[in-house]
Amino acid sequence: MIGILGADIVFGNLIPKGYQPLALQDPDPFKMFGLDDEMVVLNERPWNIEAKAHLLNDKVTPNKAMFIRNNGLIPENIDAGTWTLRIDGESAKQEKTYTLAALKSKFQQYTYQLTLECGGNGRSEFDPPAKGNQWTVGAVSCATWTGIRLRDILEDAGIKDDAVYIGYHAADTHLSRDSNKEPISRGVPMAKALQDETLLAFQMNGAAIPLAHGHPLRLVVGGWPASVSGKWVNRISIRNKVHDGTKMTGTAYRVPCNTVAPGEKVNDEAMCIIESMPVKSLITYPKSGALLKQGKKLNIRGHAWAGELEVARMEYSIDFGATWKECPIEKPVNRLAWQHFSARIGFPKKGYYEVWARATDSQGVGQPMVLPGWNPKGYLNNACHRIAVKVV
Amino acid sequence: MDKQQKIRRQIKAIYKLLVIAFALFVVIGVFMVYAIYNHETLLSTKTSSVTEYAIIDSEEDLDKIENGIHVRTGLVDAAGLMEVVNNCTNCHSAQLVTQNRMDKESWLATIRWMQETQNLWDLGKNEEIIIDYLVTNYPPRKKGRRATLTDIDWYELEE
Repeated sequence: MIGILGADIVFGNLIPKGYQPLALQDPDPFKMFGLDDEMVVLNERPWNIEAKAHLLNDKVTPNKAMFIRNNGLIPENIDAGTWTLRIDGESAKQEKTYTLAALKSKFQQYTYQLTLECGGNGRSEFDPPAKGNQWTVGAVSCATWTGIRLRDILEDAGIKDDAVYIGYHAADTHLSRDSNKEPISRGVPMAKALQDETLLAFQMNGAAIPLAHGHPLRLVVGGWPASVSGKWVNRISIRNKVHDGTKMTGTAYRVPCNTVAPGEKVNDEAMCIIESMPVKSLITYPKSGALLKQGKKLNIRGHAWAGELEVARMEYSIDFGATWKECPIEKPVNRLAWQHFSARIGFPKKGYYEVWARATDSQGVGQPMVLPGWNPKGYLNNACHRIAVKVV
Repeated sequence: MDKQQKIRRQIKAIYKLLVIAFALFVVIGVFMVYAIYNHETLLSTKTSSVTEYAIIDSEEDLDKIENGIHVRTGLVDAAGLMEVVNNCTNCHSAQLVTQNRMDKESWLATIRWMQETQNLWDLGKNEEIIIDYLVTNYPPRKKGRRATLTDIDWYELEE
């Protein structure tokens, strides 16, 4: 059904009588994707949908609150029963094709909670503005993923000594419907591809991955821009050079190698590929806008994550950063899972307050209160999150 | 009348025909559903919404403007609207336009990027009309290094 969205009803006369073509009514993404009513649709073709901070309060993100980011059109007529994955590329010792069933039976399965954040999360705040979907804070999730290690299957096919990078290929369709174009084909260096937590997943939160999240097979690479976690993956190439697929080159998912002034022009050659995402945190409880009776304490909760690293310290401020108080931060349940913080806050008198949260990673790097380095495509905004509170 | 207008008129005529054909098809479909399910579904909201849709989707309402907004796309109603609708919403939704704000140079660079990599066609004399529309209606706004929190939905916190 999703497949016909955004397309002309070419074979309209073949549609069964009484069937309501989705594309000709208001397609309801909330029903179609099973979303929470408060999720925000940024773009309906391609589908790009984000959460609000308070929807992400669960320790493990439920399906209904997971952001959806698509570069192309969701593939049609997926049949998990006939799905195959091919391993190829200059640095593969042999080309090998696996059925989904073979992947599941031949290799050991692992389950991890993995943080996936869109490289452009927070783009809406950049000035001058950067083009693209104007994500605010909700293009991040930490779900439970089950699958096999990418390393196991790459080693089964055989990795040559000159391997540099892997690149994925998938079944989605380019927006122009040009079958010679891939909407997106990204990848990671071998070191990241071979990590324990880098999965080829077929389950999300304990059930088959939903279509919008990559059914039936998704690469899940925690801590890096979520665009490397390719959905609907049917081929992985072991490359002897940096993968040069769609959205690996030019300015896509790249930032200036050397920092630039806001609005400055940057040549493609001076742009470097984003690897680990920076340290960041989100206050997920309470929802911004709480009115609190004077004398009452405010309980806050949230998550913090730091790309490849761990969050080592968590602080909050109720006076716009003039003073900070440390609060407890839990250890991650596994590497690359987000960590949870909480605090109980007292306010000295009535008035308007903002609660700001700041995480610091294991290398001592913290979140900036203002926007971090401007970049042409508006990536990596990890400025502190804040909520408004009024004590009345 | 130049050739392009002629073609456009023909396309419009074909489109109109298709819309009518579709409306007819839906009506027949609804009729058949009635026939199959008989009186049980006569009052159901699902079938009546189908009928309603066929009525709303008539030619005259396709480009309805409400409060200065083109309802079907959400674009601002201003000079150049239809050129933008016809050239910029074929591959992606208009939301990718309306959520962005750029200066002339950046809008033009975006068009060039789409032409070089995304199969966007040569816009011809429409290019200037489209750029003018975008720069006039979707210019950048100054946000500074960190904006004030706005649109706060105040509520009493009960614990």
